[in-house]
Amino acid sequence: MTATAPASLQTGQRSQGKQTQRSTLAKGLGWFSIGLGVAEVITPGVVSKLIGVKNDAKTRKVLRGYGMRELAAGFGILTHSRPSGWVWSRVAGDVVDLASLATAMRTPANDKSRLAAATVAVAGITALDVVCGQRLSSQTPTESGTSSTQDNNTKVIRSIIVNSSPEAAYSFWHNFENLPQFMTYLESVKSTDTIRSHWVAKGPLGITTEWDAEVVRDEPNRLIAWKSLEGAPLDLAGSVQFEPSPGGRGTVIRVHMDFAAEGGALKSMAGKILGTDLGMRIQHDLRNFKQILELGEVTQSDASIHSGMHPAQPAA
Amino acid sequence: MRATCWMGKTDVRVQNVPDPKILNQHDIIVRVTATAICGSDLHLYGGFMPTMESGDILGHEFMGEVVDTGRNVKKVKKGDRVVVPFPIACGACFSCQRRMYSLCENSNPNAGIAEAMLGHSISGVFGYSHMLGGFAGGQAEYVRVPFADVGPLVIPEGVTDEQALFLSDILPTGYMGAEMCDIEPGDTVAVWGAGPVGIFAMKSAYLLGAERVIAIDRFPYRLQLAAEKVGAVPINYEESDVAEVLKDMTGGQGPDKCIDAVGLEAHTHGVSYAYDRMKQAVMAETDRPIVLREAIRACRNGGTVSVIGVYGGFIDKFPMGSVMNRSLTIKAGQCHVHRYMQPLLERIQKGEIDPTMVITHRMNLDQAAEGYRMFSDKLDNCEKVVLRPN
Ligand SMILES: NC(=O)c1ccc[n+]([C@@H]2O[C@H](COP(=O)([O-])OP(=O)(O)OC[C@H]3O[C@@H](n4cnc5c(N)ncnc54)[C@H](O)[C@@H]3O)[C@@H](O)[C@H]2O)c1
Ligand SMILES: [Zn+2]
Ligand SMILES: [Zn+2]
Repeated sequence: MTATAPASLQTGQRSQGKQTQRSTLAKGLGWFSIGLGVAEVITPGVVSKLIGVKNDAKTRKVLRGYGMRELAAGFGILTHSRPSGWVWSRVAGDVVDLASLATAMRTPANDKSRLAAATVAVAGITALDVVCGQRLSSQTPTESGTSSTQDNNTKVIRSIIVNSSPEAAYSFWHNFENLPQFMTYLESVKSTDTIRSHWVAKGPLGITTEWDAEVVRDEPNRLIAWKSLEGAPLDLAGSVQFEPSPGGRGTVIRVHMDFAAEGGALKSMAGKILGTDLGMRIQHDLRNFKQILELGEVTQSDASIHSGMHPAQPAA
Repeated sequence: MRATCWMGKTDVRVQNVPDPKILNQHDIIVRVTATAICGSDLHLYGGFMPTMESGDILGHEFMGEVVDTGRNVKKVKKGDRVVVPFPIACGACFSCQRRMYSLCENSNPNAGIAEAMLGHSISGVFGYSHMLGGFAGGQAEYVRVPFADVGPLVIPEGVTDEQALFLSDILPTGYMGAEMCDIEPGDTVAVWGAGPVGIFAMKSAYLLGAERVIAIDRFPYRLQLAAEKVGAVPINYEESDVAEVLKDMTGGQGPDKCIDAVGLEAHTHGVSYAYDRMKQAVMAETDRPIVLREAIRACRNGGTVSVIGVYGGFIDKFPMGSVMNRSLTIKAGQCHVHRYMQPLLERIQKGEIDPTMVITHRMNLDQAAEGYRMFSDKLDNCEKVVLRPN
């Protein structure tokens, strides 16, 4: 593998972004379903009051039924890797909601203005469900990243502006032993000669992965490209460009990452360690890089010094 | 140490937690002498802000004595009495250099989460969710403060704790709300919300040259404070139709400038409230833009709507047609507190503003839960609660 052409990377980045957006919307709807479902199952009386229908035993039973449906849809959306089917079940559910609200409107005992409001709300939500359903359904197989071998190739571009000269940014990056200071998944990088280095990455549960890499292109103050060598548990190619930012705002740092983790179990594990949310990870690492150049160290918070989710409290 | 922890919706408790330590070389540790509960804390209390974790230490309005300093701290020193701005800002990035401190690019370790929610991240904020950094807050005996040479302001002799405390947030926020209005002589400025932020926005509007300031709220004691201490003309929205009264007061034109000092938990009666409560309850919108809608429609043609009330996510039925067709300007923001601390301190010293006018309750830190309940439910004519450890 060689350092990748920017054009192909651009495509990779765009499709990845689109997919994340779609899944985020779907996830939002998933939580929404669960929220509404829990409310309908546990407190049907409160929900019926909120939407203005008569609060009797029959209404409560019906609402409880709807609540189960919402819960099922919600969990489905959140746990399924390809959630379109589940989203459409929500749309069907909304249509049922609308129909029953319309019926309730015609019953004299119900509070008309509240009902009207609830109907408008559900109609709005239905429209959203339809949009989300359509967007998820139009996802092409390559974008869903499950079937073809090509999909094991992850390509990402991320960039950031750093308030420093291209020279300073280049020379900090050029010393590969500095990389673990801002690349969170790296434990160490040791230079073995002028172009080769040995990388150790840390994964979850203290599992480490090691490989050798070499610099394949080096243009002082402009670009560094590297790739992993034969025998590495994954095929990794990366490059970083340094260009003066428009408007004299410092230097634009642009990272291209391209890696394939296919083949044996070892490769797929390495892929799992590095591949989760690669774009977000790189952006995070770039922010760290910016902090080191602009401030001399990476900013910590009380919660960020712990590993994993942790309340924002000082560590003992 | 003792600290006020968010345990869940409407559940805060003062608990024993580890003391803070220096984590970065530009940090200081502050022994808190006074801290306050803010309307923004109520959005956490009510469970409206995502990414809170049970056990998070609350509080972004605080002051105290410097008891420890990191190696790279140059300006402040042990023993200094300081008040700390609520946004955490590095002083070196693009935004900080343009004095947009609440947009600092280097102070939020969880910028990725904020980016996913908002499109781009904002600065870290003390005690205000993991999305804004996961920083422990200052409603505690001690607190760690990063970028000590950029944020904290040393309080001179002769200025009391209570006079200085609100430089951390609500006084600069109210001031920025008025400043964003670009007030001209003769202007009528209407302010929705007579909470502490609204009161300081009203006061600042007069300081910046407004001819008339109108206060809108429903609590008589709050409207009375606005009328008596600031000289605002009160409108109780439970007793009159705000849009009609505003038209009437301005000869049909509408107020020249409108300030939303209420935010996402706005309250009202009737269908519109039921609609927004419903959408919020089912998580179809996160914020109730009741005041925002009203302020936009009320504002004079070509006027400005300044939004300092906090919004977190998405709103519905936004009257964009009114904004576009009537050439309105909307300005908004978390306050760039650092900008305003020194000039406002000078105004306090000259006697132009008395920030202590909003304080109604002084309590021990251990009573924080009671303080939250009173401020949230507007009990006992509560306007602002100040907590002191010991
Ligand atoms: N932009 C910033 O940097 C910043 C800083 C601090 C606080 N804030 C925000 O400012 C807002 C106010 O803070 P506060 O401490 O004064 O809170 P507060 O809760 O004391 O005051 C809010 C007031 O709004 C009133 N209100 C509710 N619905 C209304 C309506 N429909 N019309 C008129 N008034 C209405 C309430 O009765 C209350 O008096 C909050 O949203 C807070 O998060 C923003
Ligand atoms: Zn505040
Ligand atoms: Zn900054």
